[in-house]
Amino acid sequence: MIGLDNVTIAYGTGTRAVIAVHDFTLSVPEGEAVGLVGESGSGKSTVLRAVAGLIPHAKGEIALAGVRVDRRRTTAQRKTTQMVFQDPYGSLHPNQTVDQILALPVAIHRLDRGEARIVQALTEVGLGREHRYRYPHQLSGGQRQRVAIARALILEPRILLLDEPTSALDVSVQAEILNLLARLRRERGLTLLMVSHDLAVIAHLCERIGVMSAGRLVEITTATAMAKSQVTHDYTRELLRSNAGFDRS
Amino acid sequence: MTAARTWLLDPAPASRMQARCGRWFRAWLGFRRNKLAMTGLGIVLLLVLMAVFAPLIADRQATTLQDLGNRLQPVSWQHLFGTDELGRDIFARVVFGSRITLTIVAMVALIVVPVGLAIGLPAGYFGGIVDKVLMRLTDIFLAFPRLVLALAFAAALGPGIENAVIAIALTAWPPYARLARAETMTRRRAEFIQAAELQGASALRIIATQIVPLCLSSVIIRLTLDMAGIILTAAGLGFLGLGAQPPAPEWGAMVSSGRQVLLDQWWVATIPGLAIFIVSLGFNLLGDGLRDAGDSRS
Repeated sequence: MIGLDNVTIAYGTGTRAVIAVHDFTLSVPEGEAVGLVGESGSGKSTVLRAVAGLIPHAKGEIALAGVRVDRRRTTAQRKTTQMVFQDPYGSLHPNQTVDQILALPVAIHRLDRGEARIVQALTEVGLGREHRYRYPHQLSGGQRQRVAIARALILEPRILLLDEPTSALDVSVQAEILNLLARLRRERGLTLLMVSHDLAVIAHLCERIGVMSAGRLVEITTATAMAKSQVTHDYTRELLRSNAGFDRS
Repeated sequence: MTAARTWLLDPAPASRMQARCGRWFRAWLGFRRNKLAMTGLGIVLLLVLMAVFAPLIADRQATTLQDLGNRLQPVSWQHLFGTDELGRDIFARVVFGSRITLTIVAMVALIVVPVGLAIGLPAGYFGGIVDKVLMRLTDIFLAFPRLVLALAFAAALGPGIENAVIAIALTAWPPYARLARAETMTRRRAEFIQAAELQGASALRIIATQIVPLCLSSVIIRLTLDMAGIILTAAGLGFLGLGAQPPAPEWGAMVSSGRQVLLDQWWVATIPGLAIFIVSLGFNLLGDGLRDAGDSRS
């Protein structure tokens, strides 16, 4: 469903270019959830942004649902891949009601039954009718993230990209959002690609885990192997040690 | 009253309209506490009402009715503000002059805001070469001295209200373009813009639905604060004989006509001068209040 083949991503051009991701190869079959972990600056978010089409990639190939894509995409290609951002305070327009935020994708893709879709999207993420005409500043962080998820899912995408979707939230709210994502994934058969620095969060949602360091994918392992500390690469071991809380679980 | 209040302040509005009204009402509640701003709003509202209901307040004929036997009469019950050098009633002329002032201000605003946004938004959104070209263009217009360009323009096109409006608008739009550009650039990288891009929104749609609403409040504040300058420039052009033409009761032209008799018949120049002063002050106070209200919300 998601295929990355030798993808290299650079910021800047010419001699001042900084290569953020080197020869990244990963394949995510339909319905699977893959997590990318790594410290800040390891390039995990950069990979996600390139898959989303927010930044161009310098070399290699990115394929979504079997179609090779670039940064410029058709409206139909946009529809298949949606993303939930890290900061629910920054990812919702401050002057628009939840209703307006959800109406935008409906208008862009000229979807039918707009009214019904908005109501359904809100129900699916566990928000009630009373939230529909509120402004983001009248919602809590968890509720905002639910709106962001509803906005992504209203287009019925097949691929959902998650950029640290819970790191800006309280621990108790984190669990709610993760459970919501797990349920939606099950119901809709979504393919997930998720980025986080929190191994516990990744392990909760993903079967396979890619470990990134200094712009390279150093190891691909499974969540169960990770939990049993059956990892091969030194860097992964180090990461496990620094996530001591995960070790005990 | 209380029912309307609860409806407006409902934390869970039931419709798009109610949510929008509630937002405006909350902003109004904040604005209302600012006494100076309310004074400004009062003055501006008074100006608008005066312009709309001018025929009810004063006699239209009196604005141009010359009565040379009655010239330069002091303030009296018959002529509230006295009469000018042609014996015209200054009160009627000031009242009807508000129409000219308001027309100029409204027409300048209607030209300046769309032009400023049309130049500033793409410059800020696209950046790169688009930004460079549009901003250098803005710089060129910014480099002209405002009144001198307006003078040259009014002189070239011939005096009159329309040309005064064009002349003022031509020199007034660059700050709006810069403001819109700066506001756009601070939002360009915001995640909600990226989210809209990801959803397939075109640049035009993003600018129109996501960025314009955020720019508009600062543009309106800036416009209100600029109103005083626009009124003064218009009056200045009128004073120099390049704005509204006689016998139209333009305030600047009225000041000009009274300047020969300033010492002996002070009211001829002073009353329209006061009108310009009060209206400019009103717009400034209102603009300051709007700016403060905007600050507290963010």
